[in-house]
Amino acid sequence: MSLSDALARDANTKRDRVLVTPEGLALPLRVGSKGARAGALLLDLTIWFVGLILFFLAMGAIGWGLLDLESSPENNPVLEAVIVFVVLVLFLARYGYFMIFELGPRGATPGKRVLGLRVAARDGGRLTAEMVIARNLMRDVEVFIPMFFLLGGSQEAGVAGIAAFFWLAVFVLFPFFNKDALRAGDLVAGTWVVEAKQAKLKEAMSLAPDRSREYRFGDEELSVYGEHELQVLENVLRQSNPDALRDVAEAITRKIGWQLGSGDEREFLEAFYAALRGHLESGMRFGKRKKNKFS
Amino acid sequence: MPFAFLKSAEITPPADIEAASLRSDRFRLEREVDWQRLEQIVTALEKGRPGRINDDDLLELPVLYRKTASSLAVARETSLDAATLDYLEALVRRAWFQIYGPRIGLFGWLRRFFAGGWSAAIRDIWLDICISFAVMVAGALVGWLLVARDSDWFFALVPGEMAGGRVPGADRALLEETLAHQGGTEGLTAFAASLFSNNSGVAIMAFALGFAFGVPTVLLLVYNMALLGAMMWVFADAGLGWEFAAWLSVHGTTEIGAIMLAGAAGLHIGRQMAFPGQRAIIAAMQDAGVRVAVVMVGVTVMMIIAGLLEGYARQLVDDTGARFAIGGTMLAFWIVYFAAMRRPRESDT
Repeated sequence: MSLSDALARDANTKRDRVLVTPEGLALPLRVGSKGARAGALLLDLTIWFVGLILFFLAMGAIGWGLLDLESSPENNPVLEAVIVFVVLVLFLARYGYFMIFELGPRGATPGKRVLGLRVAARDGGRLTAEMVIARNLMRDVEVFIPMFFLLGGSQEAGVAGIAAFFWLAVFVLFPFFNKDALRAGDLVAGTWVVEAKQAKLKEAMSLAPDRSREYRFGDEELSVYGEHELQVLENVLRQSNPDALRDVAEAITRKIGWQLGSGDEREFLEAFYAALRGHLESGMRFGKRKKNKFS
Repeated sequence: MPFAFLKSAEITPPADIEAASLRSDRFRLEREVDWQRLEQIVTALEKGRPGRINDDDLLELPVLYRKTASSLAVARETSLDAATLDYLEALVRRAWFQIYGPRIGLFGWLRRFFAGGWSAAIRDIWLDICISFAVMVAGALVGWLLVARDSDWFFALVPGEMAGGRVPGADRALLEETLAHQGGTEGLTAFAASLFSNNSGVAIMAFALGFAFGVPTVLLLVYNMALLGAMMWVFADAGLGWEFAAWLSVHGTTEIGAIMLAGAAGLHIGRQMAFPGQRAIIAAMQDAGVRVAVVMVGVTVMMIIAGLLEGYARQLVDDTGARFAIGGTMLAFWIVYFAAMRRPRESDT
């Protein structure tokens, strides 16, 4: 996470929601962005389409000889069975792909997984199988029928075609007209799509050698910054980019009126971070919080 | 468990907790072993491999979850370590998703569905089924009466390629021909499969359109049944009404039943949206949507059966009485199945 990410954290509040778990813990959730959801859908459709093509190619490789022997399905029972199989596979692919994956333990199709999204129940309760099925049956009107409509060249249909176009557009554009980016299927099923990111546990910060003897900071020097600046500093230290370290160290020493020898940036910043965090956290314990340098 | 040491090898307790100069870091170091244990369990669950979790961890899962959740609550009030807070939030969220995630997979759900879940869902929307039935009867009557008054209506209702010679005033012999079996089974399975795929698509659309207060669903039902009514008149006019009914009943009792249920499912959503009662519209819609999703899976199953009956039974059985017997048996079966199956116990959900 960089400085710009940390700033983006604050700018993203439009998509932040709070979910209260049955344990009474407020858990922050972020609604998946429309871009990520569109990307996930495109990825899923690509996987779906490529998968089907590969499947049929494999089928063709196996069934090639059969097709040559008898050309019409009327007098070839094997080809007949193949056609039945193909129709059923197409049906299952259309309705089953999304359901099977979303009913799995990750609650996400491969596309959603890649983009760090998952399906969850909007009321904070359990995501049930019925919800997943309902949201995916609605997908038919929202994704597949418009897709076939566009691909199938229904443009010649005249007035009825235009009416159908607008009607389908209502479903396709639905997520753009509500704040949780719900599509009609989410609305009917009581689900939403939220970000499901994983985070690694990083090193504790104050394990570095204690330098509070060499660097003594007074109260007025520590009170120039707040929590926001502390977390930006944490990012800089974790990334440990020499240029950034020097810039930040210079900015801080200028602010608090210190002189810094070259090569000491990291030591100084670690000491300053520990002191500032200790200062702010002791304030927290008494119920005093300082959001940023302006407050 | 011979390989247990391999599975839990990665978690090493922090070397020196006292070395941390900050109180909040000591808080974190004291607890991070528990967090990492929870993380391992959650990761195994996410990968769908609960077998990898050892028994001790599994027994402690609820405790670990609560410990971690409470660590997060405390850390929010005492620690300013953004990376640790992010980690805890992500971990509690993942654990929460696992604990409150879908508990049965598609196949477990299907088992419960056939053992009564389907029948119970259908009984729940009985009023909408009555409405749907009434709308369909009205649609068929309209089709019949329109064509009876002026046979030109037939051409307005029925698309030319679908009628295929079955038009008012057509020759009786020609009509009889369309009802007779074509002999043999060649090409029938493919025909049945495509019928199924097509019909379930229509049924799912009838459901999905219920979202617009049920109006498109009613229109779809009326139009399709008017087609049927018009066709019925053509055959009745030629003195073949009875034979046509038998021909239709073979798969019709299942297929028209499925369309009725799909229409009822759409109407249920529309009706709950229009008259949500004390609840918010969104809550009402959501209740309805989840309830009728079950009905819709059942509709698909009925469509498969209808496709098979249409492809095989109707083309192979030529006798009017036998056709009625098949259709009637299917109808009786559905009614008994929907009325009599017990709702599965909640503990199975």
